[in-house]
Amino acid sequence: MSINIRVRLYATLNKYNPRGPNTREFTLEIEPGTNLLKLYEILGIPPEEIKQAFVNGRRVEADYILKDNDEIGIFPPIAGG
Amino acid sequence: MKYFVRVNMAKGTVEFEEVPEKYKNMGGRWLTSRLVYDEVPATCHPLGPNNKLIFAPGIVTGTSAPCSGRISVGGKSPLTGGIKEANAGTPAAQSLAKMGIKAIIVEGQPKEKDSFFILRLTKDGGSLEPAGDLVGIGLYEFAKRIKEKFGNVDFIATGPTGEKRMAMSGVCFNDKDGRPCRYAGRGGLGAVMGAKGLKAIIIDDTGAPGVNIADQDLFKTGQRKLAEALREHGVTKPGGTLNSYGTAALINVLNEAGGLPTRNFSAGRFEGASKIAGETIAEIIKQRKGSGTTGHPCHPGCIIQCGNVWARPDGSEHVSCLEYESVWALGANCGIDDIDAVAELVWICNDSGLDTIEAGVTLGVAMEAGLIKFGDAQGAINLLKECAKGTPLGHIIGNGAAFTGKAFGVTRVPTVKGQGMPAYEPRAVKGIGVTYMTSTMGADHTAGYTVAPEILAVGGKVDPLVAGGKAELSRNFQATTAFLDSTGYCLFISFAILDIPTGFEGMVETCNGVLGTKWTTDDVISMGKEILKIERAFNEAAGFTKAHDRPPEFMRYEPLPPHNNVYDVPDEELDKVFSEL
Repeated sequence: MSINIRVRLYATLNKYNPRGPNTREFTLEIEPGTNLLKLYEILGIPPEEIKQAFVNGRRVEADYILKDNDEIGIFPPIAGG
Repeated sequence: MKYFVRVNMAKGTVEFEEVPEKYKNMGGRWLTSRLVYDEVPATCHPLGPNNKLIFAPGIVTGTSAPCSGRISVGGKSPLTGGIKEANAGTPAAQSLAKMGIKAIIVEGQPKEKDSFFILRLTKDGGSLEPAGDLVGIGLYEFAKRIKEKFGNVDFIATGPTGEKRMAMSGVCFNDKDGRPCRYAGRGGLGAVMGAKGLKAIIIDDTGAPGVNIADQDLFKTGQRKLAEALREHGVTKPGGTLNSYGTAALINVLNEAGGLPTRNFSAGRFEGASKIAGETIAEIIKQRKGSGTTGHPCHPGCIIQCGNVWARPDGSEHVSCLEYESVWALGANCGIDDIDAVAELVWICNDSGLDTIEAGVTLGVAMEAGLIKFGDAQGAINLLKECAKGTPLGHIIGNGAAFTGKAFGVTRVPTVKGQGMPAYEPRAVKGIGVTYMTSTMGADHTAGYTVAPEILAVGGKVDPLVAGGKAELSRNFQATTAFLDSTGYCLFISFAILDIPTGFEGMVETCNGVLGTKWTTDDVISMGKEILKIERAFNEAAGFTKAHDRPPEFMRYEPLPPHNNVYDVPDEELDKVFSEL
């Protein structure tokens, strides 16, 4: 029984959006037990391009195991003022 | 040879003094704060004859050190009633440094109220002359007239709102193309300039001798190490996220983290965030072609180049620059998601002489008060235009968020020490809240940018929703920043040098190279602490107590969606920042 997640890829990572760069976010069906690192692999994002990910508004590490209805935002290195 | 230029607006004199020994190694914020402490009576009226306005380029400004074109402006703030240092990136900083000018100290005020002068500075000296038809016009027209009268010079100016002594008024500097768009914005120093009858400083550095470097080899070694770090780090490198998307790339980050203050700090997420985010701004600039551009530097010699020039749909230039803080304040905080309307509000601020952060926080309070509705972009434009017109309503708005809140009986007023909070919500980013509450500057984000480890995973990783341990985090950032603010470096070098130790070493080496000092990286925090102590002492003498280092009350009891936290860092923890300095 697969689970559904919603993913947003920001800045330079948006080019890996499977629905194309003009959609803001996309949903994905994944196997239970999939962690973030595996998700990056599924999406074809080289890990060195990723700085961090937020799940439901909180930063998580790459070993985080995704749950049904999780909302994930993935970022390259970003900073400012 | 380095000079203080002492300008007496009562006598109309301009004197070049040799720099006293005790100030020899100071620059930027260290110098302005020290001079304010030494020369300004802490209880003076900020708009009266005894306040002073001090301009000081940084320690390495004017050299070939990368990203070093910055200047500090200091004085007693009419907004906070305490000490203020505001900071801008501008070629004007580099010109002053190359001319050997370590600080400009403006004192007194003309006997005749509302008489305005310009100060002209060249390598041969300085003189005051009547400002004539430069007064009472918008700063874009001002910049045009300056170019016609004086050619390619640098300028420092106060806008029409500064002439009218409004506490939202900042000090305006030219960018590398002569636009009136680089601001030492915070704290109302534009009003101090106006109260002193100083309309503008016109700087012509033709024939200037350049900055003397005590140890060329050490300087070059440090410069190389710092430049390498900047070119390596994903944030600061050419083609990196700051260069490609500008600071407004933060909109989506803070929105995702639930810490983007929305509709006068009533929520941490804005449904329109993606429409005003850095990625969208960059995309639209690309689509519209014409005069728009990303990757625009505020001064020559910057490696990072994070600014932009926004174009209208027809490709003609609208405004530079759409920064994170401006886009947040005049966008998300007002519930406005129309980026062209936000650009127009930025233009009005630039033209009127206003701090975009305070403007957005004030408009948010005005919306809370029901003057206009949240999301009413045209209403916001009309209201902001009242300031330069000098109507009674304009005077209320033009004196900032706390003043406007008081006038209309609003309790959700997001200020500390009278200064509007910037683009990070304390209830979702608790460490930046500690900086806001305790900084000598009032609610100020750059003063101790704990957002770096709390939200951006730069310089470490810290949980933004945890209340404990934030006093030490904020203190260390505040001290390091006080030092960096004195060097003339753009604060954004910290993203690289916090992660790359050789970059940090290189930064210190460039300072030692210029001055002939022997500072170590460990000295940075202790020197920063000395600067903070001076500022705290001034504020104490001005009447500040622990009670001023507190959040606005509503943040203690109103939970902020989506994380639904209140601001729960205890008072005792806030007091530790400076009690354990």
